[in-house]
Amino acid sequence: MGDSSVSHRVLREHFGINTKENQKVIALAGNPNVGKSTVFNALTGLRQHTGNWPGKTVDNAQGIFTYKNNSFLIVDLPGTYSILARTVEEEIARDFICFGQPDVTIVVLDATSLERNLNLALQVMEITSRVVICLNLIDEAKKKNISIDYAGLEQELGVPVVPTAAREGIGLEDLKEEVYQVGLGFKKVQPRKTHYSPEIEEALAALIPKIQDLGWGEFLNPRWIALRFLDGDEKLIDNIVRHLSLKAGQSLNSEVEIAL
Amino acid sequence: MNNTIIGHNLLIELKREAQKKRLAGGNIYADKIVSDIFTNAEDIVHKNVVRKDKQINWSQKADNILTSKITGYPIMLLTLGAILWITISGANVPSAILADVLFRFQDVLTGIFMYLGAPDWLHGVLVLGAYRSLAWVVSVMLPPMAIFFPLFTLLEDLGYLPRVSFNLDHIFKKAKACGKQSLTMCMGFGCNAAGVISCRIIDSPRERLIAILTNNFVPCNGRFPTLIAIGMIFGAGNLALHLQSAAVAGIITGMILIGIAVTFIVSWTLSRTLLKGEASSMVLELPPYRRPKILAVLYRSFIDRTIFVLRRAVLVALPAGAITWLVSNVYVGEISILAHTANFLDPVALAIGLDGFILLAFILGLPANEIVFPILIMSYLSSGYMIELDSLTDLQILLVNNGWTWLTALCTMLFCLLHWPCATTLLTALKETGSKKWSFLTFLIPTGVAFLVCFIVAQSARLLGLAP
Repeated sequence: MGDSSVSHRVLREHFGINTKENQKVIALAGNPNVGKSTVFNALTGLRQHTGNWPGKTVDNAQGIFTYKNNSFLIVDLPGTYSILARTVEEEIARDFICFGQPDVTIVVLDATSLERNLNLALQVMEITSRVVICLNLIDEAKKKNISIDYAGLEQELGVPVVPTAAREGIGLEDLKEEVYQVGLGFKKVQPRKTHYSPEIEEALAALIPKIQDLGWGEFLNPRWIALRFLDGDEKLIDNIVRHLSLKAGQSLNSEVEIAL
Repeated sequence: MNNTIIGHNLLIELKREAQKKRLAGGNIYADKIVSDIFTNAEDIVHKNVVRKDKQINWSQKADNILTSKITGYPIMLLTLGAILWITISGANVPSAILADVLFRFQDVLTGIFMYLGAPDWLHGVLVLGAYRSLAWVVSVMLPPMAIFFPLFTLLEDLGYLPRVSFNLDHIFKKAKACGKQSLTMCMGFGCNAAGVISCRIIDSPRERLIAILTNNFVPCNGRFPTLIAIGMIFGAGNLALHLQSAAVAGIITGMILIGIAVTFIVSWTLSRTLLKGEASSMVLELPPYRRPKILAVLYRSFIDRTIFVLRRAVLVALPAGAITWLVSNVYVGEISILAHTANFLDPVALAIGLDGFILLAFILGLPANEIVFPILIMSYLSSGYMIELDSLTDLQILLVNNGWTWLTALCTMLFCLLHWPCATTLLTALKETGSKKWSFLTFLIPTGVAFLVCFIVAQSARLLGLAP
């Protein structure tokens, strides 16, 4: 456990994120215009600072909040509709969730247009299991006569779903509680697997065992890697190799340091 | 160490296997994965969400019709046709009135010059050159613009354009280009330079280049009125008046469709030759339909578009008119400089269904496409057939006297639609691509296409004996 947390820290530093001892890292994802910034501000208050993602001209905002004597560093990812890495923003969001290994990823969804928003949540859940859904704008949804079965949604998705109206400050304490539960490993989550068409599932079944042989398992979800092989995202595959060697090299160094 | 090498070999093998699967499956995986995720999302929502939202239902119903595979395209075509029909039938009368007033004022000007005893050349340059081309630009181009732009802006404001983009997306995908390209094409309708800049919304550099290289195939503000004018003067022949507008609208719609078809063909070819690659998927958010704000629409279309375009046309038309008058009245030997140049261009021009004067007008029109037609009229007027022109009917007589047939009109319209972009667009392409090679191709591809298409049309029409 200690070893892996060192290597995680190395990977995060690569993204310009420096955590203190025992501080948990939270990624905040969501479509544009779903109130993601409102959630971010509500959670962190004034304890935040902004900069750029290393080597990119995209804003990177980070903030800190404390809950039950635990410190959380929250990283605001660029607002995107998906994380298939078609744009710089999508690539940043995807790479951070994938290589930054956040302890929890909050996906903020707009309750008034769930179809489009769930698309992102499902993609995130393919990379990491530690997901908390923040179902925002429930006040707007009520105004529009949209009724959502929160418990049903939570059961279906297999991860905590917290209804919020961040602008009114509704639901934020519950959100912190769920983040705490999932982030410290008190609550085990089992995200729903996205079902693909038979031809894709067939191709996946053939690829996954071989990917498992690569030994990336504890670090990355083989099913997700197989999907990226299928949609031809070679850049990601090269990226994985780069990050893995970074991780291996660095943790080797730190072992040497400890030995000395 | 050994471990990493084994891992490396395994990885290469895996990459190869995945690629084989991708190619064997016709490369459908990327698309299928995206649509499967959406199906999952829809399924989850279907189980857990109940909507009683009237407005959403209403706009969903509208979307089902406007973006349906069956009705989407016909509605798009009908809308385009209807807008053009309104433009053309509405522009006839004001065009005639404007021409009448402006040319009557030319007589007044001539009177003043005669009274003051001004030399002939001064009267020629200022009145017959500068003023007359200005009068043509205003009377031929202002009315169609003043009708077309508000209508187009109205569609934009309603939220229809993103639906058009949605409809066209899968064709673009077939051409392995980005669906957002249709949005950049819509911008190109306004101005190709703006269209080229708007290609920034396309994230993949490969797809962005394709969009930049093909943006010119939608007729911009400057070329659109030329198409309409030629269509109005020539296209409908001797049909009854109410049929004429419909026929001309049909012709112009056809021209735009040809432009779109060429865009697809060129994009398709580029994706398989110079710019190989796969289309990326994107999420297109269809904004809600809105009630258009009429005043804002009028303001935007008049001030931002009509007046802007007209100003540019006038600024270029004044000096261009004067210069055209000069070169067509300065004689070297028996004939004018203009005629010399036109004669020189004649063999090439005739082969593609134009004549030397038309090709020369397109070349002189490089700074701004708006002035191509006025320059052409000027050069015909000052080259012998000095008839008094004060209406669109006279304009038709002028063109026929200069040897125009339906084939000349068709080839001129095609050439206008497909030929090289204006200087501003080329400079913009240079700025956006940062590459001389790609900017040169922005010039070369349309030029090549224009010559090729006009050549084929002209030669086959002559071979079939349809035109002299």
